[in-house]
Amino acid sequence: MATLDQAQLQPPTVPEPQRRGRRAAPTANRPEWGPGRWVTYVLLVVGAIIFIAPMVWLISASFQGLGEIFSQPPRWIPKHPTTTGYRQFLNLGHLTNAQRGQGTGDWRWFANSAFVAFSVTFLQTFFNAMCAYVFAKRDFPGRNAIFMLFLATMMVPGQVTLIPNYIITKHIPLFGGNDILGNGGHGWLDSYWGLIMPGTVSAFGIFLLRQYMQSIPDELLDAARVDGANEFRIFARIVLPLCMPALAATAIFTFQAAWEDFLWPLIIISSPDRYTAPLGLALFVVKNETSWNLLFAGSVMSTLPMVLIFAVFQRKFIQGIALTGIK
Amino acid sequence: MATATTPAISRPPRPRKRFDVHRTLFRMRREWSAYLFLAPGVIVFSVFTVAALVFAVYLTFHEWNILQPEKPYIGLQNYRDMLHDEHYRRSIINTLYYTGGSVPLTMLGGLVVALLLNQPIRFRGLFRTMYYLPVVTPFVVAAILWKWLYNSSYGLFDYYLLKAHLIDQPLLWLADKDLAMPSVILMSVWGGVGFSMVVYLAGLQSIPGELYEAAKVDGAGAFNRLRYITIPMLRPTTLFLLVVGIIGSFQIFTQVFIMTNGGPAERTTTMVFFIYEAAFKFYDMGYASTLAFGLFALLFLVTLLQLRLYRKGE
Repeated sequence: MATLDQAQLQPPTVPEPQRRGRRAAPTANRPEWGPGRWVTYVLLVVGAIIFIAPMVWLISASFQGLGEIFSQPPRWIPKHPTTTGYRQFLNLGHLTNAQRGQGTGDWRWFANSAFVAFSVTFLQTFFNAMCAYVFAKRDFPGRNAIFMLFLATMMVPGQVTLIPNYIITKHIPLFGGNDILGNGGHGWLDSYWGLIMPGTVSAFGIFLLRQYMQSIPDELLDAARVDGANEFRIFARIVLPLCMPALAATAIFTFQAAWEDFLWPLIIISSPDRYTAPLGLALFVVKNETSWNLLFAGSVMSTLPMVLIFAVFQRKFIQGIALTGIK
Repeated sequence: MATATTPAISRPPRPRKRFDVHRTLFRMRREWSAYLFLAPGVIVFSVFTVAALVFAVYLTFHEWNILQPEKPYIGLQNYRDMLHDEHYRRSIINTLYYTGGSVPLTMLGGLVVALLLNQPIRFRGLFRTMYYLPVVTPFVVAAILWKWLYNSSYGLFDYYLLKAHLIDQPLLWLADKDLAMPSVILMSVWGGVGFSMVVYLAGLQSIPGELYEAAKVDGAGAFNRLRYITIPMLRPTTLFLLVVGIIGSFQIFTQVFIMTNGGPAERTTTMVFFIYEAAFKFYDMGYASTLAFGLFALLFLVTLLQLRLYRKGE
């Protein structure tokens, strides 16, 4: 079965990544490096410069005025650093009429993104963990059937459900002016509900967590049952704490994916008040194609949370990537 | 299948595998909390995945225009249209072009960097971070940034290429029919190498060192060790990256939406972009759903093929 084949695709288990710094790689495949080591360094440095240069330019240009951005040769260090791009994109502080005419963004886009990403991450982690727990540790009628249904959908690309989900979202009963049959209004379209709810369950996440939870010894749970703990207590006090590493790893990826999700917000959101940061940025490009100083400022701000998360959780991140293979 | 291993308390043991309503109901009542745990996930899953899939199939048999009140059943017409749609065929070719360009280059780049980084060198963490930074950059940001880099009047690429006398006049990059797709591919490689690098590094570190020791004793040089130990041992990693990479690149949308909007002359109209236009520009939900299933079928075939090839090679 094709769905099960995916399980075999797990990359080899990852050893704990080395702490960065001067400790050399402990791998035994240490070739005898003489002059060759210099070649390694040169190649790595040149490559790294090429990879990092666009980001450096982005940060530098976000502090330049429009005229300076267009200057030739390009200035890698701003001569007249300014934060107008940032203020204009956030639409904060005092702006001149000319600046307003150039178009402004909205600080709410970032607030929306943060709210949506945190909600999706929290709910998805929680819902996934609850499902994974009963799939891994409980025996009840219908368990295998339901689990197989989850597994079977993992192969289906998101584009297949994208279009029906748009229509389903529009017809959620009793929301957005809809009657009890889901007609008449716009349902969850153009709302936070619509942005958050479809992302609160992930079959892949459940699958990963279930694998992890199966390693929890049954005796531990039985001991708690004997001591009189009910199922909810067992879940909250034993299962969740034991799964923290796996939960953290999946939560980081969920947050990242939710933060940079673009197609779904593009489809369901229409009022600028509810744009997420990527959506606001992208539609800003379409509308004000030449306001590069604002675009660069907005770009830096949209990237910052991702970089911060990466910096804080770097080791977990790289471990998780190798384990799950998701970006 | 639903019967379990533990016998019910007040009943004589029964042969397994026979479905017993009373027993099942009894067990369901006993395990009621399990269903409560499942409820939130299963409800969301039922609505936005199961119901959506069923509805998607339903849509493919209908002419479903959001603006029209009538949504007539049209049988297999959508499927027939799909098979004869030249624009769709073009979008498939474009997607294959993109995939064929970006996936191998990204994997090769990642492998090279991983091999370099797997040496006993200083600043490994720093290098790794620098190569990985483009991966954490949101697609939208990467697309905006590269759109600027490709700008033919002020972009950095043209400026430095002109200055180095590699070209005589500015290249049009994204506006050039033949250069647009390679430009998108180049950007994707930049954004993806860090990911393959990390996965390959993990793969490299799981290769037992004794293999290299033994090869050295046998007199194998650095190249032969790479050729006969490292690359074969990395096969599972390579297959993993290939499958994940192809699935991801078949779904490219954001970059195209921002950088080229499918142009010039449909040269960068990929499948998802085409589906998006069918659904949300022409509001033809039935046809767009059919096209999405076409994408699914293609992905499924490609993945099966890869696994088959992989098994054969073992």
